Amino acid sequence: MFRKTVVIKNRYLDSVFLMLAARRIAAQPGISGASALMATAANRKLLAELGHDDAAGGALAAAGANDVVLALEGLEAAVEAVAAQAEGWLAQGAEPASAAGAPVRQPRSIAEAVAARPDSSVAVISVPGEHAAREARAALQAGLHVFLFSSNVAVEDERSLKAEARQRGLLVMGPDCGTAYLGGAGIGFANAVRRGPIGIVGSTGTGMQEFSCLVHQAGSGISNGIGTGSRDLSDAIGGLSTLAGIDALEADPATRVVTVIAKPPGPAAAALLLERLERCAKPVVLCLLGAPAAAGKVRAAATLDEAVALALEAAGLARPDFLDGDAGAMRLAATAQIAAMRPEQRHIRGLFSGGTLCYQSQAIFRGAGLVVHSNAPLEGMPGLADPRVSEASSFVDMGAELFVEGRPHPMIDAATRRQRLEQEARDPEVALVLLDFILGANAAPDPAGDLLGPIRTAQRAARARGGQLCVAASVCGTEGDAQGLQAQTSALAEAGVLVFRSNARAAAFCREAMLLLAGRKEAS
Amino acid sequence: MAVTLAELLQGKPVFINVGVRSFGLELARAGYDVIQLDWSPPAGGDTRMAELLDDLL
Repeated sequence: MFRKTVVIKNRYLDSVFLMLAARRIAAQPGISGASALMATAANRKLLAELGHDDAAGGALAAAGANDVVLALEGLEAAVEAVAAQAEGWLAQGAEPASAAGAPVRQPRSIAEAVAARPDSSVAVISVPGEHAAREARAALQAGLHVFLFSSNVAVEDERSLKAEARQRGLLVMGPDCGTAYLGGAGIGFANAVRRGPIGIVGSTGTGMQEFSCLVHQAGSGISNGIGTGSRDLSDAIGGLSTLAGIDALEADPATRVVTVIAKPPGPAAAALLLERLERCAKPVVLCLLGAPAAAGKVRAAATLDEAVALALEAAGLARPDFLDGDAGAMRLAATAQIAAMRPEQRHIRGLFSGGTLCYQSQAIFRGAGLVVHSNAPLEGMPGLADPRVSEASSFVDMGAELFVEGRPHPMIDAATRRQRLEQEARDPEVALVLLDFILGANAAPDPAGDLLGPIRTAQRAARARGGQLCVAASVCGTEGDAQGLQAQTSALAEAGVLVFRSNARAAAFCREAMLLLAGRKEAS
Repeated sequence: MAVTLAELLQGKPVFINVGVRSFGLELARAGYDVIQLDWSPPAGGDTRMAELLDDLL
């Protein structure tokens, strides 16, 4: 095997672009592996671990965060051919065009961009975390609202950015904000949902996506969806963006119902939030996954599905049938699934690309007294000693920092989840696998297709051991998403996956199956 | 003049994209005006140096 690294000095390319370039290169005949990364210290270490020692005469060791490194592996002729054309392989395509179709020249700073387009209103920031606060500050100073996708931003920076935004009458969504819907525009990971009377303030991107897709499927729509960032309702931040978002939706004429979706807040932030919601002039739905229900004016939901039902009801719309499954039918389906399982098959492995869906699934299991380990454990659930290795029953948030350091999120790049599924498939004690598939803008072009291979391999491995593996999944999306809800659902169903309309439904099915498996064990 | 939050929610946003290009491309594809910043880590990736420079300038 021939290896070669090429360093291109003074070129910054984002991680998604680099992943796609590496994928194109890896598909070339004779190339067995290709990585394209910025030469940060962490990435240089990663490349060393992959066996790319510094044969390039010290160029890799001398490279830095502003340099691109292309690490190639394969037949010598093929590797040399790509290396000789490295610049070409990493050339960016056409620049983004304006709505009018005219190419837009690229300014070097936010101030320069605002000077060119004084009507700019939102900065979408997704640079590496250590640089994100600086750009967000520049955006606020230029009078822009901020959608801050980057994670790894210090709490003190988050607090000062949000305090500054409040002074200026601006909104900071993030850091670690995955999704927003502003004036009809879906930002970040967002689905093609119609506009309607239901407003969202959310600290969880996938929670907002799942909620808005279910609202859309029920025939209604979203007025605006304000992301706040995962830490906003911690006591350190005190819900600054959540409270600003509630104010905005209360004043927004298109919003009839205000829905707040969040993981359990800190006690001080929770008190502030409840006090504010109690005096909201519009109907309020609150979905704090895994936290006790609120009381008073606030309609509290334990799951995203329940939040959808309550929000529709508050808007004067009917509760859709698909939110209420037939419990008897679900038990019957679970019974059929476990009938062919071997006695040692008694664990579930949930591999989630959406952190909130991992959390919600744990809440649904906890409600039935079932224990699952997790790298993002809900209160009362055990952690995982090593997030890379499942223990007994485990729900893994594959979007956690450990898995995404220096690489795209599993919603964009399925590689880590694919490998993990292959790993789980080798464990004879696994009875069920629970997955989520998230469609929409900026997600992978074929999330179901990316996992069909390992799903089939896992099913075959279980059969070869004389058992059967049950794979349950939910697909979050709409027909308007490029991936197509129906196409993705059908592809999974054809592979024998039990596909549910929502994560809550899929998790409820798995809960039934796990209770039946536990009962079977007791009976034997 | 900054766009107020109320105007943002009721109007059509204009975006400045700093970082992952595909975020901007998706917004442009959906019919929104997007200005892509030609961004690279400031001061050769040295955040502390960049902040010192910010304070000086």
